[in-house]
Amino acid sequence: MSSAMAGLERALREAAAGLGRGAEGAAAALGAVRAAVAAAGGPAALGERERALFGAFLRSVARAPSAARPEGGWRSCFLEAPPGPALCVLLEALGSPGPSFPPREVVEVLEQFLQEGRISALLWEVCQQQAQAASPELQEALLNKIVCLPDHVSNKLQGKNPPVFFPQNYFPLLGGAIIQVLQKISDSLRGGSDCSISFVSHVLGKACVHGRQKEILSVLVPRLTDLTQSDCIWQRICWRLVECVPDRWMEAVVLGFVQRAPGADVLSRLLGNLVVKNKKAQFVVTQKLLLLQYGHTTAVLQNLLGYLSLDSLRRALLIKVLQELLETWGSSSAVKHSPPEQQQYISKAILICLSHLKEPEIESCRQELLASMMEGVKCHLDSNLPQIRRLGMIVAESISAKINTDGPVLKFQYEEDDEARELKSLLVQTPPFCVVPNLPDDDRNEKADAALPLVLESKNKSHAAAPVMPDEESDAELDSDDDLIPYDMSEDKELKTKAPVYIRDCIEVLTGSEDVDKWEATVKALESLVRKNPAATREVSVELAKILLHLEEKTCIEGFVELRQRAQVAVLTTDPIPVAKYLTSQFYSLNYSLRQRMDILDVLVLAAQELSCPKSWKTKHSAAQKPCTQLLPGSDGSKDWRRIVDERIKSKTRRFATGPSQAELASGPNEFNSVAGHFFFPLIQHFDRPLTTFDLLGEDHLVLGRLVHTLAILMYLAVHTVAVAAMGKALLEFVWALRFHTDSYVRQGLLSCVSSMLISVPAEQLLEDMTEELLETQSWLGDVVEKDPDGDCRRLALQNLLLMENLKKKLRTVPS
Amino acid sequence: MALPPPDPQFVLRGTSAAIHTLHFSCGSQGPDVPTLFSGSENGFIHVWNLKTHRVDTALDGHGRKSVYCVETMGGKDRLLSQGRDQRICLWDLAEGRTSVTDSVFTENVGFCRCSLLKVAQGRWLMAMAAKALEEVQVLELPSKTSVCTLKPEVGAKLGMPMCLKLWQLNCGSQPLLLAGYEDGSVVLWNLSMAKALSQLVCHQEPVMSLDFDSEKAKGISGSSEKVLSIWSLNEQQNLQVYKTHRLVNAGISDITIRPDKKILATAGWDHRIRIFGWKKLKPLAVLDYHTATVHCVSFSDHRNPSERLLAAGSKDHRISIWSIYTQT
Repeated sequence: MSSAMAGLERALREAAAGLGRGAEGAAAALGAVRAAVAAAGGPAALGERERALFGAFLRSVARAPSAARPEGGWRSCFLEAPPGPALCVLLEALGSPGPSFPPREVVEVLEQFLQEGRISALLWEVCQQQAQAASPELQEALLNKIVCLPDHVSNKLQGKNPPVFFPQNYFPLLGGAIIQVLQKISDSLRGGSDCSISFVSHVLGKACVHGRQKEILSVLVPRLTDLTQSDCIWQRICWRLVECVPDRWMEAVVLGFVQRAPGADVLSRLLGNLVVKNKKAQFVVTQKLLLLQYGHTTAVLQNLLGYLSLDSLRRALLIKVLQELLETWGSSSAVKHSPPEQQQYISKAILICLSHLKEPEIESCRQELLASMMEGVKCHLDSNLPQIRRLGMIVAESISAKINTDGPVLKFQYEEDDEARELKSLLVQTPPFCVVPNLPDDDRNEKADAALPLVLESKNKSHAAAPVMPDEESDAELDSDDDLIPYDMSEDKELKTKAPVYIRDCIEVLTGSEDVDKWEATVKALESLVRKNPAATREVSVELAKILLHLEEKTCIEGFVELRQRAQVAVLTTDPIPVAKYLTSQFYSLNYSLRQRMDILDVLVLAAQELSCPKSWKTKHSAAQKPCTQLLPGSDGSKDWRRIVDERIKSKTRRFATGPSQAELASGPNEFNSVAGHFFFPLIQHFDRPLTTFDLLGEDHLVLGRLVHTLAILMYLAVHTVAVAAMGKALLEFVWALRFHTDSYVRQGLLSCVSSMLISVPAEQLLEDMTEELLETQSWLGDVVEKDPDGDCRRLALQNLLLMENLKKKLRTVPS
Repeated sequence: MALPPPDPQFVLRGTSAAIHTLHFSCGSQGPDVPTLFSGSENGFIHVWNLKTHRVDTALDGHGRKSVYCVETMGGKDRLLSQGRDQRICLWDLAEGRTSVTDSVFTENVGFCRCSLLKVAQGRWLMAMAAKALEEVQVLELPSKTSVCTLKPEVGAKLGMPMCLKLWQLNCGSQPLLLAGYEDGSVVLWNLSMAKALSQLVCHQEPVMSLDFDSEKAKGISGSSEKVLSIWSLNEQQNLQVYKTHRLVNAGISDITIRPDKKILATAGWDHRIRIFGWKKLKPLAVLDYHTATVHCVSFSDHRNPSERLLAAGSKDHRISIWSIYTQT
């Protein structure tokens, strides 16, 4: 052997020298080298020293004048040479191209190098060396070269890069090479010889951390899924592959696997007990992916938590994870400050965790679960965002259902929409790879068939009952009445109670009547009565407003809240000043429920809206307008005003482009003009004076949020009124005082206040009277755009800045 | 299975005011067209031609005040009408005239319809609520001489008279008066002695309307309650409750027994007309057409029973005409 090595050494030296002697000499030298390599037992058998010499030889081949390179021969020299030195020399030549070896040719050789599977040979070579002993520097260099090959090549060739070097092509190829190497490793393990996998892990890790998870794992994961299915050696190899990834790249690899694995059981097969063995992986799985990130899909969560649940060693982690999730979920600061998307993500994770927990495990931590549930549900219900409240309700319901299997469970009322259904579906574990049987369909048909006769039966019954028979005594005595055959009288039902016709009657019924039917009819008729009799209403307007404000639902009337609200709006629009005065004063007085205070705000807004639109428009659109539905459901009022503002902005820009062409639009006196101040100023005055039962700046921030939104809408509706400038100034000061409120709903309201202020107040007045405030606001807005945790706040702030920008532009276009 | 109730045979529209009273005049022989008189809230009396279903004439004699009672005296040429202007007018409609020939100033502010009874050819008795709150006055027409004034006993507290019905057992016998009062009682008056013969408390609420069948000596009354009360008059001239009938909805504004005494109709505040068999008050039909309170019901006086009609006038400005149980 050593003599063969010595022969190779000699041949390499001679060949390097022979390259200088023209084409024939070179060809002869190459032939000699090839023969010597073959004699030494193939390139794989070469030692460190021979490799270095081979490298030197290849380098000299690369540097030789092109005339000295025999056509074809020298290329195979690179391809047959040990792949490590060959790759290094080729990339060096690419890095500092000589006159005789232009990059184009280098790349051609490289392309051939890739296509002939030399990469896998290279990996395999390093793996073998590693089993002995290898220099880490060399490996590091090789690792760099392998993973960064596409970058090197594309840096050099710019636009003329061949497709094989595109990352989307190269990394799948690299993935295929890794599989080949793993195959070889598996063979050699089966053959009984030891083999190191760590270089492959390094390659994988580095590729992943370079952001090529998708490309490389899309090849690796499906193949490994197949191979590990029933082969424990492959499973061991796969576990090893991931375990050997250095810590600094672990996150990228684990995340890649979690994202690509088709199911939790596959993930468990691929990763093994990685999370138990590797601290870094554990951190990534239990902390980073769950608590620190929230952009992953539900499938990822299901994979991840399913993976944790599939092994008894990992189940301990599952419970720990659940406790940590619940801690975050139940922390009021997290609820307040983290974006809703993250809270939804955490809720989903909790629900999935719950779905995996078994009875004894729940038993062991029932108390903790209960405690954190109570904590969490409290701070969720405290939130102003309906989405957060509902999340809290759903999660709390689920936890309570899990921990109280026999006792009473929590039950909330909320709207059942797609999101809620999706969340709830997470509680039911779908068994992996289990095709849902088609049975239910047939079942349902059968049931429908069974139900059909029932329906028929009941129909028959009702028909049988329909003819009202004459009274029982008809056969008692013969009478000529009997020849009069009665008609069907089944329709003769009790008439709905008649509503009162006078407003004073209504007051009487609403305050004192025990007759429920009459009361109902009155509530239903009140709005139209008020609208028909404005003069009569004005006589008792404040009294009526007071009664309506305190009116409680006596019986279950459909849409009671709407009816009451419409009546209140009718009263307020009929007699705006005294009623507004009354309502605004009541908003800040003692002994009202939050609901009543919010009712006041809603009514003020709706009435202002009604007053501010031109009458003709109102009649034209009254059917479509339906003000009641806009504010009532939850706090969706914010969406409504936003729509208004958006429309407003749109209309502004349109008008800019087309000129004042909308003159034909309805005209009429703005009734809101004279009363805007009565609506607005009393509301803004007392917000910072806490009462014993009502603390706007404290825990009643929900009402504060609604107040702020209300002020924004009033401000918007006050456009073109006389008081608008004064209102704007007061509003800016108000916003300034509250700008750092912790509740995002309040901040959204403040930002919309600024929007409507910018829209409503004429530009000249804005700049004359409130320059400084505007500048302050602008810098605050800039801050919000950058730093606010709430996405809506950021968007609104940006919108405001744009509005300001537009304002500036507009002023510039007007010659002063 | 029971048939669904019939639809109106036709509907008269165009009075542009609530209808308060109806009166048919279809009994005359010859070429005369059947006629329906209607009195409405705007003070007009419309004369409807039942062949063409159009208004022939509109009489304006009550100063645009509501007309709440219309009766014919003999033929259709002589008409009596009572209005909220506190006057009872006598009309001459012969040969196309539309003139008020005479009028009585009642000085009564209530809503009590007067009651007319023909006692001899060209001689009529008319009972009406008088100026004093509880009193009823009976006049002879056309002379307008007062026959008697019926005052309840001191302390009887009957309240105002609400409805009146003059009747006599047969031609030439003593005329009697049935009066429904505000307190819910029905009182039988003897006119010649001006004395109450019998009093029966039929209702808790004011009696809104009553009708009496002198052949069977049985009457029926309705009030604002949910109950119809049927009472009878025995030989000792005592009124006693015969039966009560519970209604689905409260409030009866008018009751009329068909001249053949087979059926009766009620006008309900619940917008419905109810038909009962008169003998045993067997419910026969509920006619649901109107969209507001029905104020009055009236049966026609066609000689041919198959042509007999029922008319109902309502607050919804319409008069519905029905043909129901005509084959008996």
